[in-house]
Formats: sequence, structure tokens, C-alpha cells
Amino acid sequence: MPTSEDFAAIWLTLKLATIVTCLLLLIGAPLAWWLARTRSWLKGPLGAVVALPLVLPPTVLGFYLLLTMGPHGPLGRLTAFLGVAPLPFTFAGLVVASLFYSLPFVVQPIQNAFEAMGDRPLEAAATLRASPLDAFFTVALPLARPGLVTAAILGFAHTVGEFGVVLMIGGAIPDKTRVVSVLIYDQVESMNYERAHWLAGGMLLFSFCVLLALYGRRRNGRYG
Amino acid sequence: MADGAIAARFRLAYPGFALDVDLELPGRGVTALFGPSGSGKTTALRCMAGLARAPDGLLKIGGDVWQDEARGVFVPTHRRALGMVFQDASLFSHLTVKGNLDYGMTRARVTAAEAGRDAICEMLDIAALAQRWPDTLSGGERQRVAIARALLTRPQLLLMDEPLASLDVARRLDVLPYLERLRDELDIPIIYVSHAPEEVTRIADEAVVLDRGHVVARGAPLDVLPSASRLVEGGRFGVVNALKARVVAVDDAYGVTRLAHPAGEILIAARLTTQREARVVMRATDVALAMSEPRDTSVRTILRGRIEKIDASESALAFVTLTLIGGDRLVSAITRLALDELRLTVGADVFALVKSVALDERGL
Repeated sequence: MPTSEDFAAIWLTLKLATIVTCLLLLIGAPLAWWLARTRSWLKGPLGAVVALPLVLPPTVLGFYLLLTMGPHGPLGRLTAFLGVAPLPFTFAGLVVASLFYSLPFVVQPIQNAFEAMGDRPLEAAATLRASPLDAFFTVALPLARPGLVTAAILGFAHTVGEFGVVLMIGGAIPDKTRVVSVLIYDQVESMNYERAHWLAGGMLLFSFCVLLALYGRRRNGRYG
Repeated sequence: MADGAIAARFRLAYPGFALDVDLELPGRGVTALFGPSGSGKTTALRCMAGLARAPDGLLKIGGDVWQDEARGVFVPTHRRALGMVFQDASLFSHLTVKGNLDYGMTRARVTAAEAGRDAICEMLDIAALAQRWPDTLSGGERQRVAIARALLTRPQLLLMDEPLASLDVARRLDVLPYLERLRDELDIPIIYVSHAPEEVTRIADEAVVLDRGHVVARGAPLDVLPSASRLVEGGRFGVVNALKARVVAVDDAYGVTRLAHPAGEILIAARLTTQREARVVMRATDVALAMSEPRDTSVRTILRGRIEKIDASESALAFVTLTLIGGDRLVSAITRLALDELRLTVGADVFALVKSVALDERGL
């Protein structure tokens, strides 16, 4: 049976994924908008940076994030200057790391949705007296809804599934940084296969359900 | 510049294309920008809307200056009191018809009463569609909603970019009468972009012909279209004549109606039992010419007139414009070979044989 330790890890994981997903939608939507519409030369480089976590080993990402957040890194100096605790091995540090790690999974579906709708709806909105900002909120975002939903699902699921970055940045502090994937690793390390099964099986089921929801939605068309 | 008139000057170059127009357009009525694809007509329209920006452009409408780059003025699209209808209607699919109609109206800070919403919805016959979603509308209905949506902002200028081009022929005939009603009932200028001579003849008061980014002709549609129609593929079949005639008798046995016109009798293959006058249309390619009155022909509509203008280039077809008895104009498209063999010249009296007469859907 799952123990309170397991439930604490599950709760922590869900909390992390929810916070990260919400923040990523807030950051990702404007970023995707810019990437979809800009003609700047920065589009290529910035798009590549956003996509980096797709191809980098989580350890590489975690290593550099650790350096950045550490006492001598820019982020570390900033937290020291602000008088807050350094980010590594804290929940806040996990959130920051996850933002980078899951960014492409949120930005890319939204960017695709913005690109697919083209300029026309926004031009129509402009001829109907909508300012660019007004048109973004009342036309672009509603029309991109399928992309936003996909982005939220993928961002959430991917954050739940992260392991390498968490281990590098957060370690395995109970109730603070020990998420489900890390706990499974710990259980396996200690040969507690039965305990690991509960969590691993649960993750498997969760991931399958998420993907089922995602692909089922796509098959059912626009709003699904 | 007359009150409400439009002055537009745009010079714009893309790789392989340059637009260079300087236009003074009337402050009311329908002005068609006609030309083949790539002629710059849509680009000119987009410049007027502010969706494209000519680096040294100028656009004045009435007393307002929307663009005057020499003085650093460029009013963004959303601050211009214009309405625009796109080729594909571009309704917002996440809003109902009512939501679409309200979108511009509320932003223009116009109330339904001020905008005359009921009258506009009635004119375009869309009142019953208010709760429907754009996906469930026919192409013609979508286009009518798009027109109403643009009008409800109470624009000073209505821009239409090939509003019929995305529709099939039957749907086009559905929407055409509404456009004609628009022309007759609105007192704002309408700029209508089209590559279909038939639409231009039926809707526009004036046609501006564009080719490769330049204005090449300008005038009443029937004056400029015969030669301009060569610019678009199949365009010569789109040159149509419209005449008004009085209903004389309905022949029930044969299912035809006889109409009286000063230049001769017009026979139409329809029973016009409810009206006393009718507007009929005839394609220029359906009008043949004869030097003397033919007695043994199946053509039943023969009109008399005098050749006013001959428009012959090196292409196979020539356009001959007649002044009919009574003053109406009629354009006939005949081969250049026939023109030369008959030795037709300006001033000659001829008989126009109209093979096919159709009723203009507009009614009177």
C-alpha cells in the first residue's frame, strides 16, 4: 500500500506541475506570439534556445542551472542581493528549473496554433477597431484555444515526468524536492521494489491517460 | 478635392512587383479596382486599410488624413473609420454571428440604434442567423454577415476585396443583389476590388483599371471594360450589358415575355407576370451584329443602333459599342475577322442580334 511518504511525494509533484504549468502559460503565450509573428533575426536563435531542452540531457541543463543559481552564478547573486535563500535544493529552485525544462512543450503548441491562424483574423480585428493588444486577447487567444489546451497538458505531464533536472537541482529532500520520480529512484536504490511499483505503476497509468486525452482530443477535431 | 472625396497615392515595391498609383476617388458610389491578379489592386486596397504601408504614401478621406508620410502621419488600421470585407469573409469562428456583428460595433462605440443594426440585418437578410456559428453558414451567408459586421462600425469608407471570388456561381448570384442594394442605399464610398468584369459592370459606378501596378484606364464600366477585360483570363465573357425595358405581354403558351425597348423588342425566356418593368442583362459575346435586318434567323431580340466606338487590338475578339435608339449603350463582342470583312466603322447603323437575354436578379 502507498505510504504517507508516497502521498507527500505525489502532492509535491502535483503542486510543482500545477505552478509550473500556470507560469509557463503566462510566459509561453506571449513568447509564442512573438516567435510566431516576428520577422526579427532573433526568431531563429531564440526559437533554438527554447527548443534546447528537447535535445539536451537533463544533466547538462541541470548542471548549468545549478551553476547559474549557485552563490557565484548570476541568479545566485540576485537572490543573495534580494536577501532570499539560494535556489538550489529548494522547491522554488525546482520551479525555476522546471520552467526551463518544460518550456518547449508549452511554447511550441501555442506557436503552432498562432502560426496556423495566420494574419487574417488579426487584420479583420484591426478593421473592426481592435487594437493589437485587444485583438490578442479577444481573437488570437480564443482561436488558439486547442493549442493552449495541448500546451497545458504537455507542460503539466512533462513536469510530472522530469527526473534528471530535479536530481541535479533539488536532490531528494522530503516534502521539499522529493517528487515522485525521485522517490521511485530512491526506492529502487534501496531495493524496495514493492514500494517502487506503486509509484511507477501510478506514473505509467497517469501518463497513458494524459496521452489518451491528448490524442483523443485531436481525433475529435477542433475543440474535441 | 470634393467633400468626402478620397485622395490616395501609394508607391510600393516588392521583389518583382511595384505599385504606383495616384487616385482621386469620388466620395460616394462604388469604385471598382479592376485588374488581373498581380496588378496591385488588392495591395492598393490594403494600403487604404493601413494593412500595408507605402513608404511615401498619402491617403485623405473627406477632411481626415489617414496617411501623409511627408508629415509623418500614419493612422493605424484600428483607428481608421473604415469597414473591410475580405475575400474569405474572415468571420471569427469562436463567436456567434451576433458576437461577430457586435465585435466591431462595440469597439467603434456605436449603439445598435445608431448603427441601424436592424435595418442593416434586414437589408442583408441575416436577422435570423444571429445565434448561429460561422461554421454552420453557407458561403453566401458568411459573406453577408461579414458585410454587415463591417457596416455596423459606421465606417466612412467600405473596402471590399473580391467579396464574391470565394463563392461558386450560384452563391455569387445570391450575394450580388445585396451588393447592388448596398450601392443604392449607402451614402459612403465603396472601393470594390475585382477581377470579374461581370461584377464590375453590375455593381460599380466607375472602374479603375490596374495592370502591373499602374492605372491604365478609368471610366464608366462599359466604357473601359471591353478593352480592359482582355487583361483577365476569360474576362471578355464577363462584359455584360444591362437594359431596362417595359413588359408588354406574357406569352403563356410559349413561356416567354415580350419587352418593349426603344431600339426594338426584347424577348426573354421567362414569364414576368408580376412586374411592369424589367432589367435584363446580355453578355457582349451573345450580341451579334448585322448590317441589314435579318429576316430568317432564330434570334428574336434585334435592336437597332449606331456604332459609337470600336475597340480592336491584336486579339481575336473586338468590342463594338453601339448607341441604341433611345440612348442606351450596348457592347458587342465579335471577331476581328468579322469586323474587317463587314467593314464596320464608327457611325454605321447596325442591327444587334441578341442570342440570349437573362433577367437581372435585382428586380426594380
